[in-house]
Amino acid sequence: MTKKNPLSLQLKVEDFLPATDAEKQSLVQMRPGVSFWKDAMRRLSKNKVAMVSLAVIVIIMLFSFVVPSLYPYKYEQQVKGSENLYPLKYSQQEQARIDAGEKVFPHVLGTDDLGRDYAVRVMMGSRISLLVGLIASALILIIGSIYGAVAGFFGGWADMIMMRIVDIIYTVPDILMIILISFAISEPMKNLANQPGFHWIQTVGVNLISIFLVFALLYWVGMARIVRSQVLTLKQNEFVTAARALGASSGRIIGRHLLTNCIGILIVTTTLQIPSAIFTESFLSFLGLGVAIPMPSLGSLASDALNGLTSYPYRLLAPALLISLIILSFNLFGDGLRDAFDPKLKH
Amino acid sequence: MAKYIIKRVILAVVTVFVVATITFFLMNLVPGGPFITEKSISVQAQEALKEKFGLDKPLIVQYKNYMLSILQGDFGLSLRQRGRTVSDIIGSRFPISARLGGISMVVAVVIGVPLGSVAALNRGKWGDKVITVIATCGAAFPSFVICTVGMYIFGVHLGWLPTMGLTAPANYILPVFALSFYPMAYITRLMRSSMLDVIGQDYMRTARAKGLSQANRLFRQALRNAILPVITYVGPMLAYLLAGTFVVEKIFVIPGLGGQFVSSILNRDYTVIMGTTIFLATLVIVINALVDIAYKFIDPRVQLK
Repeated sequence: MTKKNPLSLQLKVEDFLPATDAEKQSLVQMRPGVSFWKDAMRRLSKNKVAMVSLAVIVIIMLFSFVVPSLYPYKYEQQVKGSENLYPLKYSQQEQARIDAGEKVFPHVLGTDDLGRDYAVRVMMGSRISLLVGLIASALILIIGSIYGAVAGFFGGWADMIMMRIVDIIYTVPDILMIILISFAISEPMKNLANQPGFHWIQTVGVNLISIFLVFALLYWVGMARIVRSQVLTLKQNEFVTAARALGASSGRIIGRHLLTNCIGILIVTTTLQIPSAIFTESFLSFLGLGVAIPMPSLGSLASDALNGLTSYPYRLLAPALLISLIILSFNLFGDGLRDAFDPKLKH
Repeated sequence: MAKYIIKRVILAVVTVFVVATITFFLMNLVPGGPFITEKSISVQAQEALKEKFGLDKPLIVQYKNYMLSILQGDFGLSLRQRGRTVSDIIGSRFPISARLGGISMVVAVVIGVPLGSVAALNRGKWGDKVITVIATCGAAFPSFVICTVGMYIFGVHLGWLPTMGLTAPANYILPVFALSFYPMAYITRLMRSSMLDVIGQDYMRTARAKGLSQANRLFRQALRNAILPVITYVGPMLAYLLAGTFVVEKIFVIPGLGGQFVSSILNRDYTVIMGTTIFLATLVIVINALVDIAYKFIDPRVQLK
């Protein structure tokens, strides 16, 4: 065979022969690739503390969302003659019914001064706390991630102005503003609730809406900062240039390419927002600025329990310990998620 | 450096201005005005009161007058406490809260820093584990839980500590414990991770190779470097203590500014709410700015933006 001219454009015939079995073998995937999700889930499921916290969260959720609807007592139902019962005690009427052969469901945690079953009130209270935590975090996620991504993506003047606004909100003492806003908007909200089409405000509760509004107004800044810094590095990537070259709009690039690429950090930050929102709600309810009567919240239950502290200490301990348990579980689960999604961050 | 300081000061001034503006307009959002709940007052008397407090003028004029007067340190008269100025109320209440908050801050640092260092130096041993568990739990208990449960156990059940007022030194124990628990837990965690970071640095190995004593290495090299992140926490700690005093002063019936703020909200004492909000917000913002500026002086490694 003559030596091939290096400048020749003639193709080698053997490159076009069917692949041999040995060649095929080398391309067979030995094991399936591990995706980002699978990897994170595997790390998470190995984390015992995080899994126990998750189990605790699931149990508390069952008790606060499912059990109250199956429970024989309702949270606002006042059982006449059964005021201020100690745990597992019956009133005279109830004792008479038991003696007559009727079945009376025991008051596991007794009743309060209006004859309402305390156990179901604690469950409803944790439902409120969990709802506040979840909805507030969802609001923070939506507002913070979009704001941060827009600021980071467009950069320049838009970024400059948007981040100065964030700086200002960040330095405002949040508790003062929350108290102020929830106080100031409660009256207008009550008026609005009487207008046709706005009756849903009444069912949700004016103060609860104020709390959500406040979270939406103030608490997203941390999320916005984190997302912005992520987007700043992500937008340098080639896939963004490629997407733009293909004619994708800015909105599509932010939504489909940038935000989906920081999904890990979004999940972690959102999970860690839940306990802080629950923390704040219980604080406000404790001060009397939270949910409306007769709706209970763990904070307001603890606050009410202060009046009868010497005789009924368990009325304080039950909501106080439950709120601590909820916050602790979410904190630990969030830490576990962070370790799972971003092992580099682990200390 | 000068540029950073100017930038930080401008940001602080703008923030205070924004807070004052928001506060003013939020207060005016509440329909009916401050005198609507006093049913016994006649219409003429209401008008007279409104005129006295300048509430009959257009909103924008009221805003200008209010901003000008707070620039001179005048927050106006209290609507509910006859004859007292808001500055007077703040002046008499604030020292009590400040002392409580100051003691709590010192306690949090004095306990948190050694705890975190001990945990880092015994990494993985049982001492570290115990401290980490305490710090994790500390971050999960809201201040009102610590307050009320502590009050029940030590005040009501055991009867060891007084549960009301702030007269004797023993009265300080429970409120300070409740206020400082969360910051202490946070400082412990912060200190642990920064200490772990520092003892792995090259300069620590150099110090050891030079034959410096262990005490010297720990206190002069490691601690001084590791404590820096704690300084950045002073601002958030202040904001937390501020919120904490609302609860603590309400529970322990302490005549401080926090308790006053909560009761003025429930009483709808507009001028006191506005004055207190602006005063406390300014305090937090100014201290935050000072801490940020001081941090750049203390740690030259921090990059200036």
